Amino acid sequence: MSFMTWLDDRFPATKVTREHLTEYYAPKNFNFWYFFGSLALMVLVLQIVTGVLLAMNYKPDVELAFASVEYIMRDVWGGWFIRYMHSTGASLFFVVIYLHMFRGLLYGSYRKPRELIWLFGMVIFLAMMASAFFGYLLPWGQMSFWGAQVIVNLFETLPFVGSALSEWIRGDYVISDATLNRFYAFHYLIPFILVGLVFLHIVALHKVGSNNPDGIEIKNGPKGNKWSADAPADGIPFHPYYTVKDIMGTVVFMAIFFAIVFFVPEMGGYFLEQPNYEPANPLKTPDHIAPVWYFTPYYAILRAIPSAFGTQVWGVLAMFASIAVFFFLPWLDRSPVKSIRYKGWIFKSWLAVFVVSFVILGYLGTQPPGGSRTLLAQIFTASYFAFFLLMPIYSKMDKTKPVPERITE
Amino acid sequence: MTDRHMDYKQVDHKRRRLLTIATSGVGLAGVVGLAIPFAGSMSPSEKAKAAGAPVEVDISKLESGQQLIVKWRGKPVWVIRRSRESLEMLADLNDRLLDPSSKNSQQPDYAQNIYRSIKQEVLVLVGICTHLGCSPKYQPEIGIVPFDDDWKGGFLCACHGSKFDLAGRVYSGVPAPSNLVVPPHQYLSDNVLLIGDDEKVSS
Repeated sequence: MSFMTWLDDRFPATKVTREHLTEYYAPKNFNFWYFFGSLALMVLVLQIVTGVLLAMNYKPDVELAFASVEYIMRDVWGGWFIRYMHSTGASLFFVVIYLHMFRGLLYGSYRKPRELIWLFGMVIFLAMMASAFFGYLLPWGQMSFWGAQVIVNLFETLPFVGSALSEWIRGDYVISDATLNRFYAFHYLIPFILVGLVFLHIVALHKVGSNNPDGIEIKNGPKGNKWSADAPADGIPFHPYYTVKDIMGTVVFMAIFFAIVFFVPEMGGYFLEQPNYEPANPLKTPDHIAPVWYFTPYYAILRAIPSAFGTQVWGVLAMFASIAVFFFLPWLDRSPVKSIRYKGWIFKSWLAVFVVSFVILGYLGTQPPGGSRTLLAQIFTASYFAFFLLMPIYSKMDKTKPVPERITE
Repeated sequence: MTDRHMDYKQVDHKRRRLLTIATSGVGLAGVVGLAIPFAGSMSPSEKAKAAGAPVEVDISKLESGQQLIVKWRGKPVWVIRRSRESLEMLADLNDRLLDPSSKNSQQPDYAQNIYRSIKQEVLVLVGICTHLGCSPKYQPEIGIVPFDDDWKGGFLCACHGSKFDLAGRVYSGVPAPSNLVVPPHQYLSDNVLLIGDDEKVSS
């Protein structure tokens, strides 16, 4: 009896490998945009590995935290390399995820029957943001402290429960040692929750099958390909075809990744902000504070809304809404076609408006607030939300092109 | 054999349903019961609650226009000696402010006046923006400044652009919804302030 037979009698090793790799038939026309799923998974693993190594030398204590990070940078063998990989990995994780989400927008990957994949993905995105936020406090620099101060105070604006909630999050009346210690615990916990969520994301994906740049279902097309008589004719086995393609993507990605790690780890203050090289000082806010670049679009939305009726909760609500609105996307899009290839100029224009709004809000979020910039932020906040909220109308009005029966080359 | 295996028809379904509901109910109560200490352990500890003793500040060396920052309950508290001219300008700002007469209870009763202070010239404020908790910057200069064309001196929050005058009163049209907080304080002597306690101390 072979080892595999012995194993398969006790664990579905061969069965799972077949169902999810060698006999998982993905559409044959995956393009550039399909690199980012596997890249995201790789970055997650990289973050966990570098994170565990950092945890071996980091101390979550307000008296020791800042110095322990400097200790990692100067005295731990290869410590600077591990830390720069972790900080670069955090930013590139968001680059990859934003591109991965944009792929969904391009090809309608959130549409029926893939709503749940999109929802799992959004929960992953939220968990990632939480993990990034908790992690940012750990170096206990000026930006760590004041960033956490602002974000925790967002919860304080909620009516009735606000101050009790923010005290509960901080474990104190101010950002303190209690806060740092628990943020460390959460920062260590969330990546493992992410792994579980990614598992669900992939299980849901493999249940319905992958979408593709044409936005048509290969399952509904003719059957029979080189490998199997009843597999979709336009499908190819994930392994070896897409595993090899993804290795190619990984190589290019890693070249960029290490170029950043070795030559521009701070990325001009966008990946590692300059005020964070100064230990946290609860008595003095840095002259200009801004979150790390991946949070700036939402931060710009937060700042764009003035207080009204004696409360500043409106900006906070708008900021949360700007993320929450993504969850509704599968039901907002009423277009008869999925892919941008067959959508008309109206949808294409709105998508362009959204991308421009997101990028400009991201830029404005890095800048100090001021007269004309506040007005600009208000205009682009409006167009950001219009993309989503008007979608049921314009996606229906849009003149679409006929969708082919089979995948085009 | 047959008597050892209960016939399905003989099962008392009513009893079984009741037992299922009761068992699940006990389980659920256990989960809720556990959630309370779990969540409770995250609230501020006794140590955190006990911190926050009042601080004494000697202001004898504070010059006109100078700002002193002290730490009280982990937060910055500003003590500023305002000049005569800046006190006079406070009244001119009323129509640019959200709450010029400090109707909102952001200060103890004894500081609910136009100067928002006990002694006219000495301003005591918690230096935390009422928007999202940044510490605004003291901007004593007067005239045209990058963020205002007719600045009378005050505080600018660099985080989200909120502006306050030299009595900590918020400008209208900025993100902050209310005036800066005046902490409870009292004078132990002419030049010694006690911040964090306004119960009469025998001296």
